[in-house]
Amino acid sequence: MKLHELTIHEAHDLLKTRQISSTELTRDVLDHIDKTDHKIGAYLSVFQEQAIAQARDADNMIGRSEIQPLTGIPLSIKDLICTKDLPTTCASKILENFIPPYDATVMVKLKNAGAVTLGKANMDEFAMGSSTENSGMHLTRNPWDVTRIPGGSSGGSAASVAADMCIGSLGSDTGGSIRQPASHCGIVGMKPTYGRVSRFGLVAFASSLDQIGPLTKDVTDCALLMNVISGYDPSDSTSVPKEVPDFQKSLSMGIGGIKIGLPKEYYTTDGMDPDVAAAIDNAIHTLKNLGAEFVDVSLPHTQYAVAVYYVIAPCEASSNLARYDGVRYGFRDREPEDLIQMYRSTKSKGFGPEVQRRIIIGTYALSAGYYDAYYGKASQVRTLMIEDFQNAFQKCDLLLSPVTPSPAFKIGEKANDPLNMYLSDIFTLSANLTGVPGISIPCGFSKDRLPIGLQLMGRHFNEELLIKVAYNFEQATTFHKEKPAL
Amino acid sequence: MPITKNDIIHVADLARIEIDEVSLDKLTEQIGRILEYVDTLNQAETNSIQKTSHAITLTNAFREDITREYLTNDQALSNAPEKENGAFVVPKVVER
Repeated sequence: MKLHELTIHEAHDLLKTRQISSTELTRDVLDHIDKTDHKIGAYLSVFQEQAIAQARDADNMIGRSEIQPLTGIPLSIKDLICTKDLPTTCASKILENFIPPYDATVMVKLKNAGAVTLGKANMDEFAMGSSTENSGMHLTRNPWDVTRIPGGSSGGSAASVAADMCIGSLGSDTGGSIRQPASHCGIVGMKPTYGRVSRFGLVAFASSLDQIGPLTKDVTDCALLMNVISGYDPSDSTSVPKEVPDFQKSLSMGIGGIKIGLPKEYYTTDGMDPDVAAAIDNAIHTLKNLGAEFVDVSLPHTQYAVAVYYVIAPCEASSNLARYDGVRYGFRDREPEDLIQMYRSTKSKGFGPEVQRRIIIGTYALSAGYYDAYYGKASQVRTLMIEDFQNAFQKCDLLLSPVTPSPAFKIGEKANDPLNMYLSDIFTLSANLTGVPGISIPCGFSKDRLPIGLQLMGRHFNEELLIKVAYNFEQATTFHKEKPAL
Repeated sequence: MPITKNDIIHVADLARIEIDEVSLDKLTEQIGRILEYVDTLNQAETNSIQKTSHAITLTNAFREDITREYLTNDQALSNAPEKENGAFVVPKVVER
């Protein structure tokens, strides 16, 4: 048995019955990172000593019979979630030496649960990208084909899960940044409802869209992580005071009578890969056999999703990223003697090209004379998209779609064409703009043996149903058990 | 009206970003294409449609106004590029 290949619930069972210790498990995963990550590049930093120390603490907890589902479980954390006294770079030169003096709320929750932090996972700089090629540090490769991108922006998190360089991971999703890399790497990824998980200590990209969520080897693990990270947090004023159900209770069979909507606009998109279309057809068939009912629905404003997103996200980013001015933290260019010039050269040397591009788009769209035409208009179309979803959910309980129009593309293929890269986000952006939860689960492979993902989206705060249907699908299939040959 | 190089220079200046001559052409072209695509929004009928800034609307997210332990002065300054006497140091902004 290879310990690093375990899921969270499998490892938990072995820890609980004392067949393994967290120290053994953590050492095994660290060894595997040592042997494997030079091929993948999933990590920006690995905390050997701290991880072993946390594992020993977890073993002590287990010795006192204080075991919880995440106790002693080694996780990777996307490098934009603040970890106290440990580097948090957002894969940006501007935060290369930043050491947060506090933990994000999700990290406090993980620590209280006894989880082990292995290290910080690579990402597109400030989460801006769909391929992790925008990392200011290095590339991450897809474990299924190292000439391809792992997806993004949580590409390091997804690759670390797929390559068994962690037992589970936390990422963040602003326009698909958990679901799309999960799909490209053949794992499970969930974007919870906006406000379900505290954003306190999550470095802000687009505050009305960002949400932290799990990337895991199966749906059970997704439920276990969701149980720990969810919940109201007074430190995040957009966190929603709503009771958190026990998501483990959703891990039961039986989806007879559940109505799943197929948004017709999602199935008439140009450039849908035939392998993706076939895998989705098969998935629909599987779910029908399990008793789900399918209905056609319409989300008439889908065609505007990319445009709305690429106005709103850059607008919010241009405001959020103004704070990196070289004054209080992060990189400062020391040469200029003039304050304004110091700001200019700090930002220009510290931010990579995609971040600069989005700051400029956002600043333009918010500038005098253009605000109504861009930000105002996009905010109105966002309302229409929310109404679309409300209308669709009158007719069905869930929406089903592909996660992406095609499997993982080649490294470099879209690097010089930002608009083309943006267009590949068409199926994931709407969940962020409308605030609904979404999950990506493995549903097949392309002819080239690249993973294909299935997306389910649900009503606000109805992650339970997503988990239930995803779990039923998973139990009826074996895609999640496939491993990349590394 | 397509975005011009001068627009990019102006906006970059507002955002305090420097752009060299080489990247200016490329950036103007790329951003021009993105904005041209964004202009498809004009086809959407939005008369009398409210704006949404947050998909989940919360009003009055109050919490008790109580003092609590948080960052110490040293912790708050721990990442400062330059500090002195418990404060951040920046290049001189006042002419004497």
